[in-house]
Amino acid sequence: MYRYDQFDQRLVDERVAQFREQVARRLSGELTEDEFKPLRLMNGVYLQLHAYMLRVSIPYGLLSSKQMRMLAHIARTYDRDYGHFTTRQNIQYNWPKLEDLPDILADLASVEMHAIQTSGNSFRNTTADQYAGVAADEVEDSRVYAEIIRQWSTLHPEFSFLPRKFKIAVTASPKDRTAVWFHDIGVIMRRNEQGEVGFEILAGGGQGRTPMIGKTVGKFVPKKHLLSFLEAIMRVYNMLGRRDNIFKARIKILVHETGIDEFRRLVEEEWARIKDGYLDLPQAEIDRIYAHFQPPAYQKLPHVPPEFEKKRNEDKVFDHWVTVNTAAHKRPGYTIVNLSLKPVGVPPGDMTSAQMDAVADLADRYSFGELRVTHEQNLTFADVRKTDLYALWRELTKLNLATANVGLMGDIICCPGLDYCALANARSIPVAQRISRRFQDLKRQHDIGPLRLKMSGCINACGHHHVGHIGILGVDRKGEEYYQISLGGSADENASIGDILGPAFPSDGVVDAVETLIDTYIDIRANGESFLETYRRVGKEPFKERLYATA
Amino acid sequence: MPLLKAGEFVADPWVTVDDGAEIPADVPVIVSQERWLERAKELAGRNAPLGIRLKSHQSPATIAEDLHRFSLVALEFPHFKDGRAYSYARLLRERYGFKGEIRAVGNVLRDQHLFMIRCGFDAFELRDGEQPAEWRKHAEAFSVFYQPATDRRTTVLELRHPKAAE
Amino acid sequence: MALHIITGNRLTDGVVVFLAKDGGWTATLAGSRVIENDDELAQMKALADAAAKAAIVVEPYPIDVTRDGDEIRPVRYRERIRAYGPSIHPDFAKQDAAGHFAPGDEQGDDDEPPVFLNGV
Repeated sequence: MYRYDQFDQRLVDERVAQFREQVARRLSGELTEDEFKPLRLMNGVYLQLHAYMLRVSIPYGLLSSKQMRMLAHIARTYDRDYGHFTTRQNIQYNWPKLEDLPDILADLASVEMHAIQTSGNSFRNTTADQYAGVAADEVEDSRVYAEIIRQWSTLHPEFSFLPRKFKIAVTASPKDRTAVWFHDIGVIMRRNEQGEVGFEILAGGGQGRTPMIGKTVGKFVPKKHLLSFLEAIMRVYNMLGRRDNIFKARIKILVHETGIDEFRRLVEEEWARIKDGYLDLPQAEIDRIYAHFQPPAYQKLPHVPPEFEKKRNEDKVFDHWVTVNTAAHKRPGYTIVNLSLKPVGVPPGDMTSAQMDAVADLADRYSFGELRVTHEQNLTFADVRKTDLYALWRELTKLNLATANVGLMGDIICCPGLDYCALANARSIPVAQRISRRFQDLKRQHDIGPLRLKMSGCINACGHHHVGHIGILGVDRKGEEYYQISLGGSADENASIGDILGPAFPSDGVVDAVETLIDTYIDIRANGESFLETYRRVGKEPFKERLYATA
Repeated sequence: MPLLKAGEFVADPWVTVDDGAEIPADVPVIVSQERWLERAKELAGRNAPLGIRLKSHQSPATIAEDLHRFSLVALEFPHFKDGRAYSYARLLRERYGFKGEIRAVGNVLRDQHLFMIRCGFDAFELRDGEQPAEWRKHAEAFSVFYQPATDRRTTVLELRHPKAAE
Repeated sequence: MALHIITGNRLTDGVVVFLAKDGGWTATLAGSRVIENDDELAQMKALADAAAKAAIVVEPYPIDVTRDGDEIRPVRYRERIRAYGPSIHPDFAKQDAAGHFAPGDEQGDDDEPPVFLNGV
């Protein structure tokens, strides 16, 4: 993984010093809240319902075991012993004190981490594929470019006061695990007919109040032009993006209102003036960063170790977990392991400091000391030997991190909601937990098959409800919590926005409503169709009818 | 309002003239874009330096051809969150070759000082009571720069990969 | 008669606090000063704003409450969550709200939501 050089380290250290000074001025009253707010937001510090909230950046979701131990240390020392992993591969702490924040940031800096720009109207965390580097179908390791974009976007002098926040995702597999079509800028690594690798650059995707699928702005941008092309898009957005209405300020609105052809023309016009200049990416830098992402010391192993096969036959629970929670690795004898942070009874994506420490140790023992955070709020060990799987599974089970539900009904994506978030209109986690309990039977989940259920507590859509196969949005109706259901959203390469089914359900009706939808699917599915396939075949009518049929 | 240049307060010789008001002779004046468009010929013929003040929705592209007439461009920040002028300043310097004073006016925070310098601003209108030392401190908060910008400060990439001597 | 209290977050640690009877700030609803008329509301708002300027609290604002004997209860469920704590983490319940959570609801029946005993 990328390791800071002296320059990267100095930047985060200087940032910590700057923030320490800003906090001191705030605590003394020299800075008002109005003056302090933009400064704290640039360091990922929110003021939420119960306390401050700190959002720590986990660049493209990649963590070393040492960093994971520091995240545990922070949870234990400064917070309430737990953290929450988000849909943008970051971690959030819900109870830090303002006066402790400079020390927390200093601790993070000591392990090459920070909270720079995890909030505010600038570039947020650039996210990537949690299977980068090990997926068989990837064109190249996208993390190299995620790191290049991370550096270019950090404290960019021209683009630190954009109309609104800006999110970039990078993917390199035809099977997209990054929701790239729903980002302000999406970067898809592709190979052209000459076999060269370059980028398809999308712009204008997003969720929130007006979900939109991104549009292609650059069909094939050569590697050396990546930053100049991005800068051209950003300059057009910075100058023309709407600033009159916070709900119309994202780049998706600009692309939509301008029209993609005209938008593309504006970008190309700007790009023509700045390409082949000082923004050209030197091959030496690409090579330098690439060197940090060399494959680990893989052993030569048989594709299917006999011991492993034996264990699968002997232990059906283990076998089931392998089927559901592991994925194919490009090296024989290795496998990708997903750790489910969605056991029944736990808020989705939450982890205790004890679990974090234990997972750091397991990463050292079983996965070359690294792990990834997925944008579906789970963790991934990318490089586990099949011969180690049984032992790892036993350890994960003890830690309550081996629920065999990844990608299934129980693997719910959910924002913190009104239990924590000042922006929310309704609680989300209690509903997610009730759904999780209702469907806790793993056999039943397995029978239902792949199902992405995503929940948000408000229209900001941090739970990505627009792209859930089943999406649930919490709303406030006359002072009560209601839940609106949509179907058929998808965040992968066949991107689609969910269709709202009808009137929202009260809190005590929403779980039954979800069960009705599942029952409907089971009744009408054909030939091993997944929920999403059935929905795309039959449309919303059959579901709507069953759901709103009078008793 | 105190004027900061190169980290110090300096006397401001410029007079900002409201749209309806008389334009004094023999004095450096700053006028709005509307005033300039209305009275271009008369203003161009004056003996004293001329400055123009652009609102945040007014891109310098609209005055690019007339830039040689101005010794100063003032760029407005109606709210510190409105970051359009960072792009405007860069275009003025890098695209249109403007060498005069680029002044940040309006709601500007000291914590934006370094970003503004990097984009080509060289003068800053502060609020009463603010101190140059505080603004200087912010300009010096960082010694590491990832992105190339108007000020052509050496970037991290350049430090990592120094060009071989010719 | 609409009753109010003033609430905000303490600057140093973000804890939810209420303007207290003695003019200070308390983390308990029981200690909060209940405001019964508009004049008093204006005065208390001014006091709260002064505390914000003095870097004690952040962005204080009034909320509607009801009073049932000794018990003061915010009207909006959002403010009840703020006052009592996150419904999903009863162990983080604020001191005042200790009696308002039914511990063990998380592990309870299939469909039992965690409940503030007064029904959030």
